[in-house]
Amino acid sequence: MVEKSDVRVVRCGGSKINLRPPIISTDSRFVLCASGDSVKVYSTRTEEWLHSLQGHTNQVTGIALNPANHLQVYSCSADGTVKLWDFIDGILIKVQLVLFFLHAVDKSKICFQLVAVHLPKSAEQEVEAKELSAVSSRISPNPSCTAFGREGQYIAFARHLQLNVYFFRKQKTYSFSLKATDKKGAKNAFTCIACHPADDCIATGHEDGKIRLWRNFIHTKEYTYSTQHWHHNAVNTLCFTPEGTNLLSGGIESVLVQWQYGAGNRKEFLPRLGGSILHVSTSSDGQLFCTSHSDNKITVIESSFKVCGVIQGLVKDAVFTDLMIDPRSKALVLNGKPGHLQFYSLLRDKHLYNLDIVQQEYIYEAGLDQFEVVKAAFDIKGYWLATVEERGQKSSDLEFVLKLWAYDERTQSFVLNTTITAAHTDRIISMCFSSSEETTMLVTTAEDGQFKAWCQGADADTQQDQSFWSCDFVGSYHNLTPTNCSFSADSSLLAVSFQEVITIWSPDTWELLTTLCQPPGVVRDLCFGQLSCSKYLIATTTRNLLCCWNLLTCALEWSTSVEVSKLQPDPLSENVAAFSYQSKHTDLFVFKPNEPRPLFTHKNVCSEKIHRAVFVPREELLNNCDESSQWLNRSQLYFLTQNMVFHNFTCVSLVQLVIDDSIAVTPFYLLLGKHRQQQQKLNTPSHPAADKPQQPQGSVTITELLHTPAHVLPAASVLCSMFVSSLLISNTGVREMESSEQEMNSEKEEEHSEEEMEACDSQQELRAQGSVDEVTPKLSKAQERELKRVRKTDFSWMAGLIDSKP
Amino acid sequence: MASFKPTKVQFLPKLGEKVTEETLYWKNYKSPVQIKEFGAITKIDFSPLPPHNYAVTASTRIHIYGPHSQEPIRSFTRFRDTAYGGRFRGDGKLLVAGSEEGLIRLFDISGRVALRQFKGHSKAVHMTSFLSDGFRVVSGSDDLSCRVWDVPSAVELSSLTEHTDYIRALAPSKLNPDLFVTGSYDHTVKVFDMRSGSSVMTMQHGHPVECVLLYPSEALLVSTGGRYVKVWDLLKGGQELVSLKNHHKTVTCACLSSVGNKLLTGSLDRHVKVYNSSYKVVHNFDCDASILSMAIAPDDEALAVGMTNGVLSVRHRRHQKDKEMLTSRRRRGPSYQVFVKGKNFVPRQDDFLVSKPVKQYLRKYDKQLKSFEVSKALDTALQTWTRTSKPDVTVVVIIELNRRGTLKNALAGRNEEIRGCFCVLFFRHIFDPRFSRPLLMVGDIVLDLYQQVFHQSPVVERLLQRLMEVLGREAELQQELLQVLGILDTLFTSLTPRKEALAHNGMHVTRHDIEQ
Repeated sequence: MVEKSDVRVVRCGGSKINLRPPIISTDSRFVLCASGDSVKVYSTRTEEWLHSLQGHTNQVTGIALNPANHLQVYSCSADGTVKLWDFIDGILIKVQLVLFFLHAVDKSKICFQLVAVHLPKSAEQEVEAKELSAVSSRISPNPSCTAFGREGQYIAFARHLQLNVYFFRKQKTYSFSLKATDKKGAKNAFTCIACHPADDCIATGHEDGKIRLWRNFIHTKEYTYSTQHWHHNAVNTLCFTPEGTNLLSGGIESVLVQWQYGAGNRKEFLPRLGGSILHVSTSSDGQLFCTSHSDNKITVIESSFKVCGVIQGLVKDAVFTDLMIDPRSKALVLNGKPGHLQFYSLLRDKHLYNLDIVQQEYIYEAGLDQFEVVKAAFDIKGYWLATVEERGQKSSDLEFVLKLWAYDERTQSFVLNTTITAAHTDRIISMCFSSSEETTMLVTTAEDGQFKAWCQGADADTQQDQSFWSCDFVGSYHNLTPTNCSFSADSSLLAVSFQEVITIWSPDTWELLTTLCQPPGVVRDLCFGQLSCSKYLIATTTRNLLCCWNLLTCALEWSTSVEVSKLQPDPLSENVAAFSYQSKHTDLFVFKPNEPRPLFTHKNVCSEKIHRAVFVPREELLNNCDESSQWLNRSQLYFLTQNMVFHNFTCVSLVQLVIDDSIAVTPFYLLLGKHRQQQQKLNTPSHPAADKPQQPQGSVTITELLHTPAHVLPAASVLCSMFVSSLLISNTGVREMESSEQEMNSEKEEEHSEEEMEACDSQQELRAQGSVDEVTPKLSKAQERELKRVRKTDFSWMAGLIDSKP
Repeated sequence: MASFKPTKVQFLPKLGEKVTEETLYWKNYKSPVQIKEFGAITKIDFSPLPPHNYAVTASTRIHIYGPHSQEPIRSFTRFRDTAYGGRFRGDGKLLVAGSEEGLIRLFDISGRVALRQFKGHSKAVHMTSFLSDGFRVVSGSDDLSCRVWDVPSAVELSSLTEHTDYIRALAPSKLNPDLFVTGSYDHTVKVFDMRSGSSVMTMQHGHPVECVLLYPSEALLVSTGGRYVKVWDLLKGGQELVSLKNHHKTVTCACLSSVGNKLLTGSLDRHVKVYNSSYKVVHNFDCDASILSMAIAPDDEALAVGMTNGVLSVRHRRHQKDKEMLTSRRRRGPSYQVFVKGKNFVPRQDDFLVSKPVKQYLRKYDKQLKSFEVSKALDTALQTWTRTSKPDVTVVVIIELNRRGTLKNALAGRNEEIRGCFCVLFFRHIFDPRFSRPLLMVGDIVLDLYQQVFHQSPVVERLLQRLMEVLGREAELQQELLQVLGILDTLFTSLTPRKEALAHNGMHVTRHDIEQ
C-alpha cells in the first residue's frame, strides 16, 4: 500500500498530438489537436501552446468544429462523452453522454460499428444521447477510412478491398470492391478516403501508393474510377481543399503532394517535412494546410506551399538512449527525430531543440536500415557529449560511430569535436564519463570483450588549440563481455561488470584493484553511492538480487532478493531509486545504500515494466521534513512508461512523482486557498482520482487566467470583473437564457470506431440562423455581453458562408 | 523546410603527418626547375649580393646562373681537369675554385681568364674559400694539407698539415678573419687559428666528415659525415650538442636557411631534410638522384640542389602574389558578371530589406542523390577524375547508396567499361583501410551480378586475375603481420614486470586498432 498518500504519480506531459488530424479555426488563428485526455489549442502564428481543454477522462478520439458556431468545437472521447467547448476561452459548454455507445463497444471489440448519433437539442449542460442508429459494421478501425460526401448527403467508408457509400436520404449503402491483385506484390487495400466538397467524387488512397478517383457511384453499375500514382508506399492521408480545386496527399515519404483536381497528373511537392505524414487538414478558407507527422509534430503550411510554423511535441518514436539531463539547461535529453537528440524542457512541457547527431539525409522509406543514435552521455559539467550511432542492428554488418561533441559557448550548442569510426570491433554496450571536475574521461564497454578509456589528448606539435579524443587504455578481463561501467563519485575508481564479476580499476594507473562477485546471475545494473555513501557499490543481477558492497572492506554489506528493472541513483543525494517489476505491476523503492530498509515504497506505480527513469534536479530546494517525501527535496523523479494502449501503437507517457501542493505561498494563493475551502464546504468532499488532477469547478476561470499567456488574454478591465465574480459563491441552479425562442436543430451524425470515435460534422441544416447556445451558469454578465456581441457579428458571416456553399 | 543534407566526405587525418607553420613554410616552394650539367655537381654557392646569382661547379666548368635564368649567364671553362668548390668572395666580385690537378684559380666575375693561380698543392683541392677579410684564400686538399694564400701577391702564407686524411670540408669564420674550420676523412673536425698557426680545437665526428658549417653566431658548428649530423657547441669547448641520424645514407651537404637559421641537410639517399630549432625533421624534399651539394638563397628565395647525375634542381619560393593570380584566374567566369549588379548597393536608413533565401549549392552527385537518380550518381562518382584524385568521394557515394539500399540497383546493368572501372578501383584502393570495407562489399555485389558475363571481356577477365593475385599476396602479408604481433606480445609480456605488461599490451592493441 502507499505509505503516505501525499506522494503520487502525475502524468506530466509528452502526450501525443498526432493521433488525430489537427483542425484550424475559421479565422486561421488557432490550431486544435487532440492530445491525450485533453484538446490543446495552439496559435498558428507563434506556434505557442495557449491552453488546453480539459475535462475528458480518457483519450480524446476526435475533434470537429461546430459548423453552426465557429468559436465552438466538439470533442469526443473514449470515455463515452461528446463535449462542446468554447475553444478561445476554454470553457466547457455542453456534455453529452453516449452511454449506449460504450456498451456497444464493449460487447463487440473486434467488429467496429459506424453509428450515427443524433445529438439532442436541449439547454441542459449534461445531455444523454439516446437516438443512435447503426449505419454499418463493415468499417475499418482507421478513422481516415471514413469521410462525409458533398453537403453531408452521403458517407463513404472502406475496409480492406471494399468501398461503401451510404446515402442518408435513401438510407442505402452501395458497395464497390476491388480485385485483390497481387501483380508485382501490389496491394490494393484502402488506406484513406476523401470526398470532394462540391463534386460527386471520392478519392481513395491505397496501400501500394495509388490514388483512385471514383465517380458516378450513385449508380452501382456504372461507376468509374481513374488511377494516379506517385507515392511509393501507402498513402496515409488524403484531403481536398475547401473549394475542391486541389487534392492533398501524404505518406511515409514525408512529401506533401498537391494534385490539381481534374488536371490529370499535374502536381506540386513539398518535400522533407520530417516524419511520415499521418494527417492533412485544411482551414475553411483554404489558406492554411496542416500536416501532422509521425514524430509528434504539426506543421502549418501556407497555401503557397511554404512552411510557416512547426508545433513540435515530445518525439517518442523509439527511445534507445537513456533519459539524461543536460547539466546546463536542465533539459531532458533523449532520442528525437531520426538521427537527432531532442532537448525537452520538463518544466514547461515544451520541445526546445533537436541536435543533429548523424548529419545525414534521412530517407523516409519503410524498412530501410539507417543510422540511429543508440547511446548518449553527458559529462558532469555539461561540457562534453558522447554519442554512439548505429546502423545494421538486424543485418550482420554492423556499423557504428562514436562521436564526441564539445559545448560551444558562442553558439550555445554542441559542436562535433571527434568522430571515431571503429572504436570497438563490436557493438558498444554502455559508456560513461568520469565524474571528476578536472580531467574528463570516457569509458566505453563493447561486446568484443574490451572496455576502452578515451582521453582528451592535447597535441603539442600542432599549434591549433583544438584537442581531440584518443584511446588511453584498453582493458579486458578473461575475455568476458563487459556490460556496465560506472565511475565512483570522486572518479578514483572505475567499476566494470563482466557478466557475473565486477572488476574495480584505478583510472590513474589502470591497475585492477579487486573483483567482486555474487553468483548466480549476470550483473544487470551497476552504480556507486553518492556523497556520504560513496564507499558503497550497488548492483542488480538477473537472478533478482540487489547487492550492496562496501568498498573499504571489499565485502558484501547487504543483499536482498528483488527483481529490479531499473536502478537510478540521485546525483544530488544519497538516495537510489529502484523500480521493481513483479506480478505485472511495477513498484518503486527508494533507499540509501547504508541502510537496507527502504526510505520510501510506492506499490503499483504502473502496470508496465519501467526501463528508463531519471532524477531531475529541482530549481528550488523544497524543505519537507516528512520522512517519506524528504527524498524529493533536491530532485524530482521522472520515469518513462511504455504502455500498449492501442493496437500496434506504442504510447509513451512521461510520468512524474510529485508532492501534492506545488503552489507557492503568495497573496494570490491565500485568496485561492480560501476559495478552495469554500468550494470544499459547498461540495461534498470527494477525493479526486489518484492520477488525475481535477480542478474544482469554480476555479476554471482562474486557472485559465493563470495558464493563458498574457498576450492572448482580453483586456484587464474585462478580466477583472470576470475574476471577481468567479470568486463569488456561484448559484448552482441553471439559469435559462431568455433567447430560447430560436432553436437550433443540431443534427449531428457521428461515426464511432471502438475507443476511437470521431466526430465529423456533416453540413447541418440550419433552419434558424441566430442560434444561441446554452451558457454555463457561472458566466458573468460581462461575459454574456461579450458572447452576445460575438454572436451578433458572426451571425451575418455565417449566413454569407451558407449562402455561398451550394 | 529542412534542406537536403549533402553527403559528408569523411576527412581522415594522415598518420604521422602534422601540419605546422614550419611545414607550411617549407611546402610553399614551387615545383623544381631542372637544369642539366655536364657532370656531378659538387658545389653550389650563392652570391651574397643581389640579385643573388649562384655559381655551380660541375665537371670542368663553373656556371653562374641568374635567379630565374635557365641558361648560365656566365661560365668559366678554363679548367684542364675537374673543378671543385667554386665560391664567391664576401662582396660577390671574385670567385675562387680548386681543381683536380691541385691548382687554385681566382676569377673576376666579369672576366674569363683566371686573375691568379695558386700553385703548391700536390693533389686535388676539393675545398677553397675566402677568409672574411677578403684578402686571403684558404684551401683544403687531398695532400692532407690546408694552406692559406695571399690574394694580391699570390704567395702561400702558411701550410697546416694536422689532418691525417683527405680534407673535404671547410668553413671560414665570418666574424674573425683568422679562424676557419676544416673537416677531414680522418673523422676529425679542427678549428684553426691563423694567429697561432695551429689548430685550437679538435672534435671527433666518428665518420669521414663531408661538410662543416658554422652558425651565424659562430657558437654552434655542424658537421656531417656518414649517416650522422652532429652539432657542436664551440663555446663549451667543442661539446657535442646533438647527434642526428635521419638519413639512411651518407649526408653530403648541409646549409642554413636565412630565415630562422633552420638546418637543411642533403644526403646520398636523395632526400633533403629540414630541421626545426629543436632538431626535429619538419619537412622533406625528395630528389631524383643522390645529392652532392645544396645551397639556399638569402631570404630562402630559392633552394638549389646538385645531384650525382648532373642535374641541378632549383625550387623557387611561391609568393602571395602568384597565389592571388592563380585564384583570380580560376574565379573568372560568367557568375561574376551576372551577380555583380547591386553588389555595391548600400541600403538607406528607411529601406525595407527583403532577404533572399540562400541558395544551397550541391555537388553533382548530391543533386542526383537528392532526386534519387542512383545510377547517375554512381556514374558521376566513377568519373575518371574523381576516381583517381578523390577516391574518398567515390567511396562516400558508394556508402551512401548502400545506406539507401539501392547499391545493387545502381550497379546492375552496367557495360564493360564500368566493370573495368571497378576493377581498377579495387586495385588501387582495396588495401586502403579507409576504403576496404565498402569496396569489398561492392566487389561481392559486382561478382554476383556479372558472374555470367565476365568471361566475355578479356580485359576485365585479365584485371580480375590480377586482382586475385594481389588479394592473395595481401592475405599472406596480413597473416605474417599477425604472427609478428603475436611474437611482440609475448616479448612484451615476458620482458616487462607484470603490471606494466597489461598497459603495454593495451597500448599496442590500440595502435593496431587505429591503423585498422
